[in-house]
Amino acid sequence: MSADLALIWPELILTIGGLITLMLGTFAGDRQVGLYQGASLLTLAAAAAAVVALFGVNATVFSGTLSVDGFGGFAKLLIYAASFVCILVAPRFFNVGMRAEYPVLILFAALGMGIMASSRDLMTLYVGLELNSLAAYVLASFMRTDERSSEAGLKYFVLGALASGMLLYGISLLYGFSGTTDFAGIAARMGGEINIGLIFGIVFVLAGLGFKISAVPFHMWTPDVYEGAPTPVTTFFASAPKVAAMALTTRVVIDAMGPAVGAWQQIVIFLALASIILGAVGAIGQKNIKRLLAYSSINNVGFMLIGLAAGTQQGVEGVLTYLLVYVVTTLGAFLVVLQLRDPQGNQIESIPALAGLSQRRPGLAAAMAVFLFSLAGIPPLFGFWPKYLVFEAAVNANLVPLAVAGIVASVIGAFYYIAIIKTMYFDDKSDVEVTGGGNVVEGAIVAVSALWLSVIGYLFIPMLAIASAGAASVLF
Amino acid sequence: MSGGLPILSLMLAVPLIAAVLCIYAGDRNARMIALVATLVDFVLGCVLWAQFDIGGAQWQFTERADLFGRFQWALGIDGMALMLIMLSVFLMPLCILASWDAIKSRVGLYMAMFLIMETIMIGVFCAQDLLLFYIFFEAGLIPMYFIIGIWGGANRIYAAFKFFLYTLLGSVLMLIAMIAMIREAGTTDIPTLLAYNFPPEMQTWLWLAFFASLAVKMPMWPVHTWLPDAHVQAPTAGSMILAGVLLKLGAYGFLRFMMPMFPDASAQLMWIVFALSMVAVVYTSLVALVQNDMKKLIAYSSVAHMAIVTAGLFAFNQQGIEGALIIMLSHGVVSAALFFCVGVIYDRLHTREIDRYGGLAVNMPAYALFFMLFTMASIGLPGTSGFVGEFLSLLGIYEASSVVAFVCTTGIILGAAYMLYLYRRVVFGELTKDDVKAMPDLSAREWTIMAPLAAVALWMGVYPESFLAPMRGDVTTVVARLAPAKPTGDAHLAAAKPKAASAHEGEAAHGSSHVGGVQ
Repeated sequence: MSADLALIWPELILTIGGLITLMLGTFAGDRQVGLYQGASLLTLAAAAAAVVALFGVNATVFSGTLSVDGFGGFAKLLIYAASFVCILVAPRFFNVGMRAEYPVLILFAALGMGIMASSRDLMTLYVGLELNSLAAYVLASFMRTDERSSEAGLKYFVLGALASGMLLYGISLLYGFSGTTDFAGIAARMGGEINIGLIFGIVFVLAGLGFKISAVPFHMWTPDVYEGAPTPVTTFFASAPKVAAMALTTRVVIDAMGPAVGAWQQIVIFLALASIILGAVGAIGQKNIKRLLAYSSINNVGFMLIGLAAGTQQGVEGVLTYLLVYVVTTLGAFLVVLQLRDPQGNQIESIPALAGLSQRRPGLAAAMAVFLFSLAGIPPLFGFWPKYLVFEAAVNANLVPLAVAGIVASVIGAFYYIAIIKTMYFDDKSDVEVTGGGNVVEGAIVAVSALWLSVIGYLFIPMLAIASAGAASVLF
Repeated sequence: MSGGLPILSLMLAVPLIAAVLCIYAGDRNARMIALVATLVDFVLGCVLWAQFDIGGAQWQFTERADLFGRFQWALGIDGMALMLIMLSVFLMPLCILASWDAIKSRVGLYMAMFLIMETIMIGVFCAQDLLLFYIFFEAGLIPMYFIIGIWGGANRIYAAFKFFLYTLLGSVLMLIAMIAMIREAGTTDIPTLLAYNFPPEMQTWLWLAFFASLAVKMPMWPVHTWLPDAHVQAPTAGSMILAGVLLKLGAYGFLRFMMPMFPDASAQLMWIVFALSMVAVVYTSLVALVQNDMKKLIAYSSVAHMAIVTAGLFAFNQQGIEGALIIMLSHGVVSAALFFCVGVIYDRLHTREIDRYGGLAVNMPAYALFFMLFTMASIGLPGTSGFVGEFLSLLGIYEASSVVAFVCTTGIILGAAYMLYLYRRVVFGELTKDDVKAMPDLSAREWTIMAPLAAVALWMGVYPESFLAPMRGDVTTVVARLAPAKPTGDAHLAAAKPKAASAHEGEAAHGSSHVGGVQ
C-alpha cells in the first residue's frame, strides 16, 4: 500500500495542495489573491515535477486500477501545464471577483483528469471523469451573477449527466458481458468472439466519451458552454479536459477494446469525419469568437480521432503530438481573446469588432494569425506537423479514403480560419476601440507560443517523436 | 561545394532576417532594407550561377542537416532549379522597386511579406526533401493571401479567398500522395525517390493526385479561374511575382516529380495533359482577345502560355522540355514586365480599362518602346526570348503529335492577335483624352526596372545557350527516365539529323521542314 502511494505522488500533491489552497481561501479571505493563486500554482508545479520524477516507471497500483506510465505522464504534464496557465491569467479577468474556489476547482479538476489519463479500470475511469466533470460544472457557472454563465453551467451539467449515464450504462454492459472492469481483462474477452452485448457496451462507452471530447454528434453543448462560461474557464475547457478525455478515449480504445478493432474502428471513423466536417461547416457564420473556437476544437478533435482510428502505435503518437500542439495553440488563441477589451474594460467577443485589429495591435493580430493558420494546418506553421502525422498514420493503416476525406474537409476548415484573419487584416477599423493587454506574463506566453508555432517548432520534432513514441509504446 | 559556405541556406536566411527587420523598421527604412536584402540575394544568386559546374554532378551545393528527425533539411540544386532561382532573385529587387511609391500603407508589413515570399520561392526550388518541399510549396499561400488581401484592388477579398482555397485544395491532395510515396519507398529524399520505381497501378493514383495540385498551380484549364481574379486584384508587384515565379511552380513540379517519378503513368495519361493544354491554348487566347481590363488580358495570356509549357513538357523529348523551360523563364521575365507596364500607366491614371488610354506613343515614347519590346517577346518574335521557347517546344510537340502542335500554333497566332490589339489600342492612335495627355514618360525608377527586364528578354532571345546549357543535363536525365515508357509519336522528326530522318520517314521529315519554315 505504501509502495503504491509512492507512485501516485502527483495525485497526492494535487489533493493536499488543493485542500491547503481551500484553507487559505477560507482563513486568509478572498482578497488575498496572490496567496492562494501562488499556492495553487506551486501545487501544480510540484505535481508536474513529481510526474517528471516518475518518468520511466511502468507499474500499476491499487490492484491494477491505476497505471503509472509514460502515456499517463505525457498527458498529465500537458494537463498541469494548461491548468497552470488558466490559473495564471484568471485574476486579471475576474478583476476583483476571483475567489479562492476558482484555483481549487481547477486543481481538483486536474486531479480528476490525471486519474482519467492513467486509469486502467472502468471504475477509476468513472471516478476520475466525474471528479473532473463536477468541478467543471461549477467552473462553467462561476460568474453566478452573469446569466450566460449560469446557463452554461446548467446546460453543461444536464448534458454532462446524460453523457455520464450513457457511459455508465456502457460500462455496466461491458462488465456484465466480460465479467471484469479491468481493461486487460476486457481486452482478453474482446480477443475472442464478440457478442452483441459487448458491442452495445463499446457503442455506449464511446458515446459517453464522445460527449467528453465533444465529437460530433455529441458536440451540441460545446458552443453554448464555451460561449457562456467565463473566458479563462473556456480556455481551461478547451485545453486540459480535451487532453484528459482524448487520452482516456485512446486508452480505452487501445487497451480495453484493442483486439476488437473491427467493432470500434468504424465508430471512431464516423466520429472523426463527422467532427471534421460539422466542426468546419458549423464555424462558418459564427459571430462570437468563443463559439468559433468551440467549433474549431470540435474540428480538431476530428483530426485527432483520425490518428486514433488507425489503431496503431504510430497513430497514438500522432494523437499525442496533436494534443500537445493543439493545447499550445488553443491556449495562445484564448489568451489573445482575453487581451481584447473595450475602453470600459469589458471583454470583446464579437468577431466583427476585431476588424482592423492588425493596425491597432499588430503584435496581437500577428500572434492570432499564427494560431489560426496553425489550427488550419497550413505549413510552415507548426500546426501542419501533427496533422501530417495523423494522416500518415491513417495511410499506413490502409485508411486512405479516410485520409483523403479528412484532408479535403480540412479545406473547409481553412475557410473560416482565414476569414478571421481577413477581418483582422483586410477590413477597415471597427468602431469598437480595443484596449487592454500590456500584461507582461500573458504577452510573454502569447509570444512564446506564437514563435514556437511559427517555424521553430520543427526543430523540436525529434524530441516530440521520442516523447510521444515513449508514451504510445506503453499501450502496445 | 560541400564544406564551403552554405550558400543556399544563406540565400534563404537573408530575406527572412530582413523581413523581421522590416516589420520593426519605419516605412522608409523598410523599403531600403527590402531592396538591400533582395539585391544581396541577387548577388548570391549570381555567385551560385558563376560557380555552377555545367556538366558536373547533377546535384550541386548540397547541404544536409538532420534537424527534423522525420525529414531532413536537405538543399541542393540542379541546372533547372538554378535557373528558376535566378529568375526569382532577379525579379525580386524589381518588384520592390515597382512597389516603392505605389504602396503607401503598412509598408513594413508589405515588404516583409515579399521577403518571406522570396525565401519560400528559393526554398521550393532547392528543397531536396519531399516534406521540406511541401512545406515551402504550401507556405507560399500565406504571404500571397496577405499581399492580395491587404494591398489589392476593390474586389481583393474575394480574390484572396479564391486563390487561397483553390490552391490549398490542390496541395492537400498532393500531400496524401506524398505520404503514400514515403510509405512505399521509405524515404523522403528526392534524389532517391527520383530513381525509385513505383508500381505502375500506384503511379496512376499518385500521378492524378499530383496533377490535381500542380494543375491548379500552373494553372491549367479548367482550374485556372483563380488566376485572372488574383492578378486583377493584386498590386502590381504582386502580379509580377505571381506571373513571374509562382506560375512556374506547377511546371517545376511536373518536371521534378510527376514525369521522372511516375514515368509510366505520365505516358499513359499524357492525353489528359494534351487535351487540357489544347483547350487552354485556344480557349484562353480567345477569352484574352475580348478583355477590356489590361491585367485580365495578360492573365489569360499567361494561362495560354503555360498550356504550351505543359504540352511541351509532355512531348517527352529534349526539344519539347527545353523549349518549355525556356518559355517558363521567358514568360517569367516578359509577363512580369508586361504587368509592370500596366502598373506604370495604372499609377498615373488609376484605371486598367484599355479604352481609357490611346496614343501613348506621343507623350510616352520610352514607355511605348519598352512596351513594344515586351509585346513582341510575348508574341515570340525572333530575337526575343519568346521565340526560342516557342520554337523549341513546338518542335518537340510536333514530334509527339502533329495535331497538338497544330492546335498550339493556332494559339500562338491568336496570341499575336490579342497582344497587337492591346498594344494598338493603348499606345497608337490619336492622343485625344486630356488626362492621358498629361501623363509623363518613364521616371528614373521605372527605367531602372524596365531596362534589366528588356536586357534579359533580348539576351535570352539572342543567345539562349547561356540559359539552356545549365539545364541540358537535367533534361537529358528526365528524357532518359521517360524513354522506356514513351509512346511513339506520329511524326518522327529529328532536328539535329535531318538526313537520317528523311531516309526513314520521308513524309514526316517533309512536314518538319515545313513547320520550320513557318517559324
